[in-house]
Amino acid sequence: MLNVTQMAPEAERRWPGQVQAWVDRRKPVCELRPTVSGILPDIAKWLAVDLRYRFAGLIVEEHQTEWEFRCLFYARKEPGWTHLLFRQPLDATTIPSISLQVHAADWHEREAEDLFGINFEGHPRLGDFVLHDNLWQEAVNPMRRDFDESAALAARAPDTEWRPRRIVQDPGAFVMPVGPIYSGVTESVHFLLETVGEDVIRAFPRLFYKYRGIEKTAEGQNVNQCLLLAERFAATTAFSHAFAFCQAVEAVCRVKVPPRARTLRVFFAELERFRHHAGVIQEICESTALTVAANQAAILEEDLLRLSCSLAGHRYLFGLVIPGGLSCDFSDSACREASKKATEILANLQDLERRLRYSSSFLDRLEDVGIVSEENARQFGLVGPIARASGLKGDMRKAQPYSGYERFAFGVPLETEGDGFARLRVLFAEAAESVNLMKQAANALESGEVWASVAFQPGVALGWVESPRGATFHWTRLGAGGVIERYHPITPSFVNWHGFHLAAENFAFQDFPIILATFGLSAAENDR
Amino acid sequence: MSQWVIKGIQSGIRTTRYPAHEEIQAGVSPGLPLGRDTVTDEQGRLLVDICPTGAIALENGRLCVEPRRCVHCFRCSRAIQFPLDWQPGYEWAGYAFGRSAPAPPWPKVFSTSLHILVVDAGDCGACLNEVKQLNNPYYNMHRLGFFITPTPRQADILLVVGSGTDHMKIPLLEAYEAMPAPKLVMAVGTCALSGGVFGASFVSGGGVAGTIPVDIEVPGSPPPPLAILHGLLVAAGRKHPVATTNVAQVGAPA
Repeated sequence: MLNVTQMAPEAERRWPGQVQAWVDRRKPVCELRPTVSGILPDIAKWLAVDLRYRFAGLIVEEHQTEWEFRCLFYARKEPGWTHLLFRQPLDATTIPSISLQVHAADWHEREAEDLFGINFEGHPRLGDFVLHDNLWQEAVNPMRRDFDESAALAARAPDTEWRPRRIVQDPGAFVMPVGPIYSGVTESVHFLLETVGEDVIRAFPRLFYKYRGIEKTAEGQNVNQCLLLAERFAATTAFSHAFAFCQAVEAVCRVKVPPRARTLRVFFAELERFRHHAGVIQEICESTALTVAANQAAILEEDLLRLSCSLAGHRYLFGLVIPGGLSCDFSDSACREASKKATEILANLQDLERRLRYSSSFLDRLEDVGIVSEENARQFGLVGPIARASGLKGDMRKAQPYSGYERFAFGVPLETEGDGFARLRVLFAEAAESVNLMKQAANALESGEVWASVAFQPGVALGWVESPRGATFHWTRLGAGGVIERYHPITPSFVNWHGFHLAAENFAFQDFPIILATFGLSAAENDR
Repeated sequence: MSQWVIKGIQSGIRTTRYPAHEEIQAGVSPGLPLGRDTVTDEQGRLLVDICPTGAIALENGRLCVEPRRCVHCFRCSRAIQFPLDWQPGYEWAGYAFGRSAPAPPWPKVFSTSLHILVVDAGDCGACLNEVKQLNNPYYNMHRLGFFITPTPRQADILLVVGSGTDHMKIPLLEAYEAMPAPKLVMAVGTCALSGGVFGASFVSGGGVAGTIPVDIEVPGSPPPPLAILHGLLVAAGRKHPVATTNVAQVGAPA
């Protein structure tokens, strides 16, 4: 595997005269800048397929006179980033699609097409993604700088005749619509399940019912206002997203976060992961109608919510992480006490796990159901517990360590079957690792401040964390005085919803809610 | 399968004694900032300026807090020269038709049992997760006659969370119209009441009141399960709505 400094000469050798390479050893980042757009797919293929770099996301920025397209890649073991960067004038809105070579880029390009009006040449399916086609015309591009929202709303003509495209054309085939309003307490997602009867042949999730346009809202706000958006667009993992955003701001402003704050951030990030996983386990039990187990898990989730609140003041850890550190300090003994309480809760969770492993009616619903192969997981670039249940290694805490994770000893649980039971086992094992990390962090707390003042300056940086659902990237460009010029969070739910259909297709209807529960995806995190 | 029955019995009773008794366990609620009767101009201005959603206002020398705008960011209580006290508690729900109005004349039919349709109109996940907790053994809302219903045709009350996104407007309105009369709407969470941090934009409604008529308001970001339970009890006429001291009337949500 090439490291960042080896990357540049190798790329220049392969595409002589067509690629300029630029290396920043401090971050470390290697920027590959092709001089012609035609070789973009080739370079992307070289990085993702030949070198097996992970594709993190596509960032589109509209500058004064030109477009900037930036594909982020990172290696699984070698710290450092490779950016594939291409700029072209604003009036050129067509660029070759890389999604045929790097399938993980598929949804990223669809999103950019819908919000910026960029035509990704060669992409097989553009349109009806973020902005629903039955409500908005294709020419509406809200992320463009000259977007006039009142004019767009005034010109809007909802199309009542619009119907989603059907693929299955067998005799007797029909589309089963599910959602966006459900019978229980469920997020708004619309599923179009194509079937001829018993099995789901094609599962098509129609998302973005909850699109709140936070990237547009953030533009022109200051860092402290944007922090609230980062924290709250997906509040079940609020701490992780605020954490990633703050790391981006700290990188731009070259702030050194005090050691105590770094360790406390690890402590709370792991508390959040533990609570999140308990919640997903609860939903898996509930989806199989195993009521006692679901209630036992619900008790543990509530215990963890109460633990978070009694320690940090808020059940979802709101208002805790701020640029430069944390908003308040905690005594070492309080943290140790909390990690002790978490250990007790973990013991109950492990008791639940043991019982579930001996409940055959429960296992029957999970084993060999909703399978995602490792090859598929790699192609779709899946992240987090879902990818790790399919045998795809990858954890930002190990791949690109941050906030002092490299100082702690912890395992990254891996399973290979890729079915619902593998995902459940990964969740249980990760919950145990989180408690292990909480304990280590609580015992390793340095003395000193928990906040360093931040002097805002212009610049751009990427902040990343391994959120409970997987790798999360927050691209943040600051202008003068800490004003947000571009903010683009790339979320694990966005990436994993892309691959959700792999698990749901070719399984029976009654498996669908269970497969959905084992994925533990958030619509809010996807929709933003 | 008998192990589950035994495990269930071994767990004992966890359920809160609310509403008969106050719940005093730690961690059930983050609380809300408390207004102040006396405040110097300097203190007042500092607190008004630091609030990112305009939930704090100075009125005739009194510092007032509008809970429907508070997003629990703790900026008025942490790392600040004159921190504002937060009061514990969770009985925050009130009627939507102006806080001093008498009990609205909705029928008594809801007083013993309510069937609830939950609609997510752009929620971040926290409010929805807190609604979900109402069915966990700690809160167990069934014991109070409150049930989640799968269809609007059987629903008495529409529980709506989220800021009212553009794409959810039509489904939300259709769900409301499909409910038989008499019916109530309970907006849960600061986003549903005032748009929260997402505000009003071309895709975010700045609250759901512009789409459907709201009867009961439950502030909080997110309101903890007991606050939502209080809202349901207010809807059923079994609890009084929140008292109105030190509540600012600034910028009622559109």
